[in-house]
Amino acid sequence: MFGYYFELAVRSLRRNPVLTILIVALIGAGVASSMVTFAALRAMSADPMPGKSAQLYEPQIDNWGPANPDVHGEPPLTLSYIDAEALLHAHAAPRQTALYQVAFSLVPADATRAPFAVKGYAVTTDFFAMFNVPMAYGAGWSALDDDKGTDALVISRRLNDRLFGGTDSVGREIRLDNHDYRVVGVAGDWNPQPRFYATGSIHVTTDHGDAPDVFLPFTHAVEQQIATAWGNYCRPDYKGMGWDALLHSECVWVAFWVDLPTPADAWHYASFLHNYAAAQQRMGRFSWPPNVRLRNVPQLLAYVHAVPEQVRVSFLLALGLQLVCLVNIIGLLLAKFMRRSVEIGVRRALGASRGAIGLQFLTEAAMVGAVGGLLGLLLTGIGVYGMGALFTPKIARLVHVDADLLGLTLLVSIVATVLAALYPTWRAAQVQPAWQLKSN
Amino acid sequence: MQIRLILAALRHHRAATVLIVLQIALTLAIVCNALFIIQLRLAHIARPTGIDEAHIVVIQNQWIGKHETAQLSARLATDLAALRQLPGVADAYADYTYPAGGPWAAVLRIGLKPNQRAPTSLAEGYQADDHTLSTLGLQLVAGRNFRPDEIVAGSVDDALAPPVIIVTRDLAERMFPHQSAVGKRVYISDKPSTIIGVVRHLEVPAVGTHSFAYCSVLLPSWPVWPYGSFYVLRAKPGQLDAVMRAAPKALLAINRMRVMDGGAKRYGDLRAAVYADDRGVTLLMSMICVVLLLATVGGIGGLTSFWVGQRRRQIGIRRALGATRGEILRYFQTENFLIVSGGIALGSLCAVVLNLFLMKHYELPRLPLSYLPIGALVLWALGQLAVLGPALRAAAVPPVVATRSV
Repeated sequence: MFGYYFELAVRSLRRNPVLTILIVALIGAGVASSMVTFAALRAMSADPMPGKSAQLYEPQIDNWGPANPDVHGEPPLTLSYIDAEALLHAHAAPRQTALYQVAFSLVPADATRAPFAVKGYAVTTDFFAMFNVPMAYGAGWSALDDDKGTDALVISRRLNDRLFGGTDSVGREIRLDNHDYRVVGVAGDWNPQPRFYATGSIHVTTDHGDAPDVFLPFTHAVEQQIATAWGNYCRPDYKGMGWDALLHSECVWVAFWVDLPTPADAWHYASFLHNYAAAQQRMGRFSWPPNVRLRNVPQLLAYVHAVPEQVRVSFLLALGLQLVCLVNIIGLLLAKFMRRSVEIGVRRALGASRGAIGLQFLTEAAMVGAVGGLLGLLLTGIGVYGMGALFTPKIARLVHVDADLLGLTLLVSIVATVLAALYPTWRAAQVQPAWQLKSN
Repeated sequence: MQIRLILAALRHHRAATVLIVLQIALTLAIVCNALFIIQLRLAHIARPTGIDEAHIVVIQNQWIGKHETAQLSARLATDLAALRQLPGVADAYADYTYPAGGPWAAVLRIGLKPNQRAPTSLAEGYQADDHTLSTLGLQLVAGRNFRPDEIVAGSVDDALAPPVIIVTRDLAERMFPHQSAVGKRVYISDKPSTIIGVVRHLEVPAVGTHSFAYCSVLLPSWPVWPYGSFYVLRAKPGQLDAVMRAAPKALLAINRMRVMDGGAKRYGDLRAAVYADDRGVTLLMSMICVVLLLATVGGIGGLTSFWVGQRRRQIGIRRALGATRGEILRYFQTENFLIVSGGIALGSLCAVVLNLFLMKHYELPRLPLSYLPIGALVLWALGQLAVLGPALRAAAVPPVVATRSV
């Protein structure tokens, strides 16, 4: 049965090549444009840490109060050192880390090599387990290193390749600015995108998103007065000078993350956070009721609009284009099918049921859809490849073609074409056999 | 007469007619909004910085290790003196940023009184010295330049409340409409500063700033802080490449313990990189528009072509009854014009609705209504273009067809 319909379809498509090519081109162009923009959208809204992101939470505490005009009642994304230190000491979560970005000049031991810039984060040792950082050599530092603020250092694989030729460098020393550090671990490949954990710089788009080069203990960084590389935000009336003043100020600059494996943990932590802010109010530090948030990674990304608005608007436009192509295809298929009224009349007169006619034309539509889908695959591939020319590496490197995208392209083409063919097919099935035979 | 005939004929092709009308309407709605967004982006990308872009070179300098403020200022003074003495360099200064330099800047709240509830205007600050105007090629329209003794050393945060400032004409107009701003006092975060000069035009450092994009303030200070700074140089005409080679070498000769990320960079390249994603999205949307218009032309052409094939006999009869080729041609052209007009009427409504939706969910301004007639003209033209081929074929149908059976 289907074999026969298939044959009929091929014959029909051949009879009118220009119309067929037009329909195929429309399907291909429509589906490719929505798939390319979808690939960009998907890349940017992808879960940066599948399986883990829902249990990583960022506590936010409003320490500026309702007078702060910039944020519409939302607490800042980062914490003051006062609050970060208090949360670290309270240890109300199974795993937790304070975090801020640091930048150094690395002075190679070999005096003939030029110094170069490295970037990284000051974290607690929980960071590595919380954010699934694999270790190629060694391990994160101990809890004692965290408390004492020693000069332990975890470096990236890239930096290890550059400095030590990829060999096990645990125990070696590295000079950052004027201070010597000992390597305790070399991280494997790890670079989740978008870089959600760096909440202090989450809006910075010029960053190319390379993997961080170094991690060092938070306590050490604070003791050594290593300034944040993402800057701190102070109230306009802040007058303090120097490091100690910053540590005792309400300036916000420390990101904080907690690992809360179960919903009950999250619930407990949320109430802990609320009680903490309430205690600050009782102590007179805050003159406003507790205003805290506990967002996990997906919620945080939605809150900060991690997906650029332009990408979403492009996707909407591409969907519009697909819709116009579909309307177009309905018209062309209607023309194509109705031109064959005579053939339909003959088949109906010879005993074909309406259902049989319908099935025949839907088969034809599905075939056109499949061919259009193949063209769409080609155009999608070209489009995604072309993203590299259109966008900066930070965005372009995220967009990729995979089996899911290819499958979806084909599926959308076929389903869309069959949907578009429903009305023309219905019209074709309504053709009266006698009328067609008589008029010719 | 022709029109009544056309309407009667279209009644027989109700479904196809409705589909074309719908398609034109959707196309108009989407293209108008897309063109509007593209135009907004292009205006953003093209907004002038107000500086002598072609001759500017930027060097990012970061000292290795921690240093006292006094030491850093001494080094900065040495560096700047050396740079200004290079043969190809017209002038140089140091800043924590540069025009359209990146995503962030020191935002200033400027009021006319201390402790004002809402600022009169927002602005963004540059760190500047007595060489800044000449380096950037800025034109002083009133007042005077900074004097060397007015420059202090410190971070941009320390420099936020200087006794004297230079502002752009845009900001001066906002603070003191229709009067001279020179000598007037303003309050930056409640601390008083006197405006001593007004420059014609200078874009703010943060590229994302829209509502006060030309409200810049020059703060007389040297960027002495741990994050490093930018050396901004203006090359003499024709000396740009020579300066780009010579400047980093000269700096390294003074002191090796520094990191210059990427060496000397052309200002034009830096500015292009900042807007790369904007350009990408603009290009992507333009391509979507082109494909959309092509699809519409193809669709209309295909369907009309089918109609012509279907009506060969009727056309033949009309020709046999005395209709000229021109009349047949005009018949299809008029028919297309009527259908497209229907689509445009519906599409104008859709365009406004789509714009309202985009305004609600995304930060987009209202679509200027002038886009609708432009879009309509484009669609009328494309419709005529699409129908021309099939209509010419229809006009070529000989009268003898009427006498033949299919």
